[in-house]
Amino acid sequence: MSRELIVHRAGPALSLQDEGRPGWITYGLSRGGAMDRLALAEGTALLGQPPGTALEMGGMGGRFEASEDMRIALTGAPMRATLDGAPLLWHGAHLLPKGAVLEIGPVTGGAYGYLSVGGGFAEPEILGAQSAHLTAGLGAPVASGARLAVGPDRGGETGCKLAVEERFNGGTLRVVESLQTAMFSEAQRARFGEEGFTRDNRANRMGVKVNPDGEGYGVEGGLSVVSEVISPGDIQMTGDGAPFVLMAECQTTGGYPRLATVIPADLPRVAQAPAGARLTFRWITLDEALSVEAGYRRHMAELHRKVEPVVRHPGDVPDLLSHKLVSGFSSGDHHDH
Amino acid sequence: MALDQPGFPIIRTAGIDGMLVSFGDRLDEAANRAAIAFRAEVERAGWEGVQESSSSLVSCYLRFDPLALSHADLEARLREVMASRDWLQADLPAGRRLHRIPTVYGGALAPQLGEAASEAGLSEAQAVEMLSEAQVRVTALGFAPGQPYLGLLPEVWNIPRQSALTPKVPKGALVLAIRQLVLFGVTAPTGWRHVGQTAAELFRLGDERPFLLAPGDEVIFPAVSEAEFEALRRAPGGGASWEALA
Repeated sequence: MSRELIVHRAGPALSLQDEGRPGWITYGLSRGGAMDRLALAEGTALLGQPPGTALEMGGMGGRFEASEDMRIALTGAPMRATLDGAPLLWHGAHLLPKGAVLEIGPVTGGAYGYLSVGGGFAEPEILGAQSAHLTAGLGAPVASGARLAVGPDRGGETGCKLAVEERFNGGTLRVVESLQTAMFSEAQRARFGEEGFTRDNRANRMGVKVNPDGEGYGVEGGLSVVSEVISPGDIQMTGDGAPFVLMAECQTTGGYPRLATVIPADLPRVAQAPAGARLTFRWITLDEALSVEAGYRRHMAELHRKVEPVVRHPGDVPDLLSHKLVSGFSSGDHHDH
Repeated sequence: MALDQPGFPIIRTAGIDGMLVSFGDRLDEAANRAAIAFRAEVERAGWEGVQESSSSLVSCYLRFDPLALSHADLEARLREVMASRDWLQADLPAGRRLHRIPTVYGGALAPQLGEAASEAGLSEAQAVEMLSEAQVRVTALGFAPGQPYLGLLPEVWNIPRQSALTPKVPKGALVLAIRQLVLFGVTAPTGWRHVGQTAAELFRLGDERPFLLAPGDEVIFPAVSEAEFEALRRAPGGGASWEALA
């Protein structure tokens, strides 16, 4: 029998996601990939396997079953998860026994949860990646009834957890100057780094709208700017003056003026800010941003060292199937990436 | 963030991992040609640490790993290439293609030809003749995968966008504004006028070259009748053909 994750019921925004498919910007295809790249890395670390593809779940998960015993990791926005009715720890790795029912409910904080599987998903690649790029029409959302192919698992730990940095309720986003920053007045640039913003209801894999406490932003003649390349994190001012932070499935070029760019290390915080979350922006220099980037990459590369076994009292655990008791937590085979 | 004095070309940073060399601040034939030629040179150089390059209307973009290749080093290399010649006089690179994409102009399939012709001060017949003979360049691709911006048409076609959006034009629609054409790869709303309809497939998975068009390619949209078009709808690639450009 093939090794599959069976999706009995899919939430409205499920798709396979990975690091995206770089290399096609000149053809008008943005890189795409997971909204919260850190959650992807956390899933990888919890399962002790190389970077791969996870199931991204916007707002709500679904009901799942494994065709054979499977390790899973739950990362990103915390969601209510149960295994045959027993609660499962988020930011953790667990054994999903063949035939057991995994229920993943709505988020309790943040926006995007991730389900990673031991061995990784093994669906066909499109232009070198499994991820769906919904805006571009590559791949499709994962729907109820899907059976997702899963690769062979070399095995590893379950019943372990990872302490993660809180990033699920807004906060401060660090920004650098970008292409068109100089088009905005000094006053607007200063105000941008001082006032507060609220995450709007409008957000998807293309971008996240944030409403300023004060008046809108814009530039003189802003509607006749020649189209230029867009990078994820760019903050674009549309007609009504409310900023959009452009995300994984942004267009490759755009003509709306852009005030600044959120640094990669803070994009997970943008992705995970739920509607109504409070956000502020803080200008930093390019040099500061590069040292933050070095730290961010180091953090991701070292995540596997922070994975720790879950210690529970047997009396707290109605069903021992939900985690394997760990015998010696050694892993000579973790991958640095 | 601008990294130099006024006057094109200019270098700017894009995020923490991008650098952009721009040859103008508005779409212009020479600036677009420079961007395409400059990108070909950057691709040829194959600098370590550069992960991707692209050309857009007037700029060449490089995405790089700033921890492996410093901004200062990349900027120095770019300035060397910038100074090596007058890029506004550069020839377009080799390897480009000339495509012919059969097109129905006007009628029920492309209902805004008359409106566009009248904005341009032409009769419909004159408009079809001009548009079907024009050889236009793919200045950039964007909005949807493989979807081209093409230009520039003669000055008479410097017509404005509509004030209201057309809620939906079909895949394959050829739309026109401000001396440019866009050929839609997907069904989409647009503020440009729908003057022609093609059966082109801009993006085909599984092909060796999944994208039909590349920046710098040129395209002619020869006129066909509605009856001919119906047959082409069933033909591979909608009847489009190409030859190498010398």
